[in-house]
Amino acid sequence: MARNPVTWLGVPAFPKAAHEALADSQLRRNMRHATHTIRDKRARVVSELPDWERLRHAGEAIKNDVLANLDTYLERVEQAVTARGGVVHWARDAAEANDIVLRLTRQAGAEEVVKVKSMATAEIGLNEALEAGGVRAIETDLAELIVQLGHDRPSHILVPAIHRNRAEIREIFRREMPGAPADLPAEPRALAEAARRHLRHKFLTAKVAISGANFAVADTGSIMVVESEGNGRMCLTLPRTLITVMGLEKLVPTWQDLEVFLQLLPRSSTAERMNPYTSVWTGVTPGDGPREFHLVLLDNGRTDALADTVGRQALRCIRCSACLNVCPVYERTGGQAYGSVYPGPIGAILTPQLVADPHDKQAASLPYASSLCGACFEACPVRIDIPEVLTHLRAKAVEAKPARSAEALAMSAMAAVFADPRKYEAAQKAGALAGRFVPGGKMSKLPWPGSLWTSSRDMPAPPGESFRTWWRKNRG
Amino acid sequence: MADARAEILGRVRTALRDRPVAEPVPRDYDRTREYPDVLALAAERIADYRAEVLRVPPGDVPRAIESALSGRGARTVIAAPGLPREWQVPGVRWLTDEPPLAVDELDTVDGVVTGCALTIAETGTIVLDGGATQGRRALTLVPDYHLCVVRAEQVVATVPEAVARLDGTRPLTFVSGPSATSDIELDRVEGVHGPRTLDVLIVG
Repeated sequence: MARNPVTWLGVPAFPKAAHEALADSQLRRNMRHATHTIRDKRARVVSELPDWERLRHAGEAIKNDVLANLDTYLERVEQAVTARGGVVHWARDAAEANDIVLRLTRQAGAEEVVKVKSMATAEIGLNEALEAGGVRAIETDLAELIVQLGHDRPSHILVPAIHRNRAEIREIFRREMPGAPADLPAEPRALAEAARRHLRHKFLTAKVAISGANFAVADTGSIMVVESEGNGRMCLTLPRTLITVMGLEKLVPTWQDLEVFLQLLPRSSTAERMNPYTSVWTGVTPGDGPREFHLVLLDNGRTDALADTVGRQALRCIRCSACLNVCPVYERTGGQAYGSVYPGPIGAILTPQLVADPHDKQAASLPYASSLCGACFEACPVRIDIPEVLTHLRAKAVEAKPARSAEALAMSAMAAVFADPRKYEAAQKAGALAGRFVPGGKMSKLPWPGSLWTSSRDMPAPPGESFRTWWRKNRG
Repeated sequence: MADARAEILGRVRTALRDRPVAEPVPRDYDRTREYPDVLALAAERIADYRAEVLRVPPGDVPRAIESALSGRGARTVIAAPGLPREWQVPGVRWLTDEPPLAVDELDTVDGVVTGCALTIAETGTIVLDGGATQGRRALTLVPDYHLCVVRAEQVVATVPEAVARLDGTRPLTFVSGPSATSDIELDRVEGVHGPRTLDVLIVG
């Protein structure tokens, strides 16, 4: 089977990538500023809703229903979209989805497509596949445009250029954007204006647009896209042909269910009462919008995740990115260290499940990119218990290791010591003795295999006396 | 190669071998909330997005439209197909969308005047559903200035009230302020691809 493009080739496992990211002080300043700004704002808009916790429970239950009956809802949405003049396609993996989109684009006679920001199309590497097929994909979301013009990789689900500050963005625009003024100020309003001028003509002339979807209603076939800038509306409204690539878990059963997610999503993602623009369309509407609509339903590892009774809850994710913004690890390393289209806490549980290859060391390292502090679970609008899935995936990663690995041998030696009180006490005495030779009460450099531990943290020195010895002396 | 549809549905059914049973959805969240003045709340919340909001008595709508358009220097303006005649005030060159205007024409007008399907007070959101007073989606997208007239009975307090009133199979656009972005340092600034100026008249 072909490699899943959700992770990037050549990125080392998380501990090494994180080390490199931590050395970048500009990155750390940018990340700290952005994540703290959004955290405070989110807390404010969430506290405005007295029923926030009830909405979270409802969101969780709706998504659980979708997952438990996914086959039924998929057939239902296919029927509804088809009845309203849309065409539904099914894609088992990234390559199949890319082939479908390329074929449809060629049929529409387009050499260039405009794109609405979409995680699904980033996950399947659609832009690269289109490029290889001779079609140019133009990202129209401001942050995606910054990443594309900067020949960079995304670092956040919602704001892929979050690792860049305004001065860096100004430099990218001056260097890469045709017609950008030389005296472009490093000021968000001016930078947004430059993007508007750059893309205007593309919007008005594009034949084909490609989008993702935030939600699709199984009952009615209605698709919802949530955005800010109006680039989404341009793509969803003006071109003749619209192709939407959607992960097959993005369904909700009924139109009414959107009353929950229209409250949960904007407050969790951009920390607004409502995002500037939300578009809903159902198939094709004569006289309003595209004349051709294609919906590509994407598996690409999702059914593997669905088969894991603990891990499947990750498929409830509505891609708000609240968990990234509150994560102490993400705040310090930024998103690129995760080496995946999906960074942060949700990425740490989603990526290895989509990759579904226990021998992929980079993906298998991601569940360790966490201190298990639980802030992500508290922030998650659909109550994904990310720490639970992290520990579950860690256990799976250990199981996948060969039985005679150093870790497995050490664990079995420890089990033998723990099982015998005499061996246990002897080990404690040996430890206490060793502790006397350690200055400062901590050890920063242990010989292998202890070096695996001390490469990223200190080891406290063992106390001079074990609890058992102390108890015998004082109470025995 | 097996049919992708059959194979994916097969994978889903295999993945759900444990037959998970979903709990019933708890719908005990608020359907509505009481506010002393829901129109005032709508005005305040829309203005929070840096849209201009004006409350006008019913008889004053044409005068308010006239003054808004002249204040914005809008001389060539699109009227949604079913916009009341008396709202198409004199002194303005009105374009209707019948027959449909080309995209380039939409791009050269000064603005567009529409009604709305409803407005959500709590979130400051205007919803357009392609009804006669709003027209097709492109009309409120390409022009750089949008003047929207909201009637009092169109204002609901909460999102669930709005969703209950809307027909999800119509093309819908939820508009909360002028176009904006938070993509630079997660800080919201107004004015990207959609209309950069949004004026709202709340009648009543």
